[in-house]
Amino acid sequence: MFRDAALIAGKDLRIERRSRVTTQQIGPFAVLVLVLFAFALDPDRGVLGRAAAGLYWLAVVFCTVLAVQRSATVEVTDRAGEGLRLAGMDPGGVFLGKAVAVAAQLLVLEALLTVGIAFLYGTHLHEPVLLLGTALLATAGLAAAGTAYAAVAAGLRVGTTLLPLLLLPILAPVLLAATRAWEAGLAGVPGDAVSWLELLAAFAVLYVAVGVVGYGTLQEEQ
Amino acid sequence: MRIIRVLGALAVVTLTGTIVLGLGLPATFEQRTYSRMLALHPPLAWTAYVAFGVTAAASILYLVPRTRRARWDAVASASAELGVLFTGLTLITGSLWGRPTWGVWWTWDARLTTTALMFVIYLGYLAQRSVADTATARAMRSAIIGVMAVIVVPVNHMAVEWWRTLHQGRSLASLNPGSELDGDFIAAMLLGFFAMTLTYVWLLVLRTKVIEADAELEEHALTDAIAARRREALVQ
Repeated sequence: MFRDAALIAGKDLRIERRSRVTTQQIGPFAVLVLVLFAFALDPDRGVLGRAAAGLYWLAVVFCTVLAVQRSATVEVTDRAGEGLRLAGMDPGGVFLGKAVAVAAQLLVLEALLTVGIAFLYGTHLHEPVLLLGTALLATAGLAAAGTAYAAVAAGLRVGTTLLPLLLLPILAPVLLAATRAWEAGLAGVPGDAVSWLELLAAFAVLYVAVGVVGYGTLQEEQ
Repeated sequence: MRIIRVLGALAVVTLTGTIVLGLGLPATFEQRTYSRMLALHPPLAWTAYVAFGVTAAASILYLVPRTRRARWDAVASASAELGVLFTGLTLITGSLWGRPTWGVWWTWDARLTTTALMFVIYLGYLAQRSVADTATARAMRSAIIGVMAVIVVPVNHMAVEWWRTLHQGRSLASLNPGSELDGDFIAAMLLGFFAMTLTYVWLLVLRTKVIEADAELEEHALTDAIAARRREALVQ
């Protein structure tokens, strides 16, 4: 399973390196969201600074929808996913590989967004270890749940409009937990973040397990 | 068919009983007449949870190859529709009660937020059900989403519980003899639970039958149309 996962992750990242969708489209979109937040919330009154963690994770969640949609489209186009099945790839491995590739792209976007909030919102990044740990756990959950749901919606003609409706409420706990953990980190009180990190870990484990077990059925359905 | 009628009659009788008993409840010092909502609101919420539980159970039964029947898909669909209906009613009754008691129509309390999220999750479930697709593909996809959706409900609950809480404790816990709740209120609420559950079961059976009939119609529509054309041609 892990060998297949590594192959798939490599394939998806190679496609990404050549098509540059994340770097040339999703990345700029993420920065744009940060700028739009500043238009919506008055930048003078320190609202942005106080809400930085929430806005940051909201931007990440939006990017997740785009990234997983892209990742699933790759398999639907020219029936590439069927090719993977015919090649005898382990479905759990395919899921893991795709989720890892999405997670890697999300981590790059998160790094970009971190620079963004530090630069645009004037956020001081205290407790970098906590921020990084939160980002890793949250990204695992986002990528796993996102990959599973995107596979469900991918084969449908209305998949692009359906996916946000299906996925965003499912990602709500990640948004909440990651925001709270980052708030604790940015405020310099890492002790408050422990229970939120537990929740993020639980979410990630849950959806990785669901994806590994259920991806075969999802592929069948397509 | 007879059992459906009996169920329906029982549901109507118990619902009427709940309303009569509920309206007869005395006004309390703190909440005045609004406390009567106790006969409706917790039973509605309870039924919504039951409905989503049934959707998940039916989805699992559909996913397991040995128990795979089109009926389980119909049950999951019917139950999700009812769950959304009861969740909507829970949100409305809660809001009507919250305005005079808490002073706001809505607050970002743990219970309210979880319920709203659950509502949206199942709206999504119903939205994907209405997407045109082959019956088996839709059933399979729905079953997967039905299972994936239900596992996030407790996680959501935990998240918002830690986030903020204002709602009173679980209503079911106040039904024990040592609780502060008055006997009349307990009786009205218990009858409410019974009535709503019966109503749910009745509607579930009815709706499942309609969905199955719909599927059958869809299945035969084409062959029937061809047969009708043939008959026409023969007549001419």
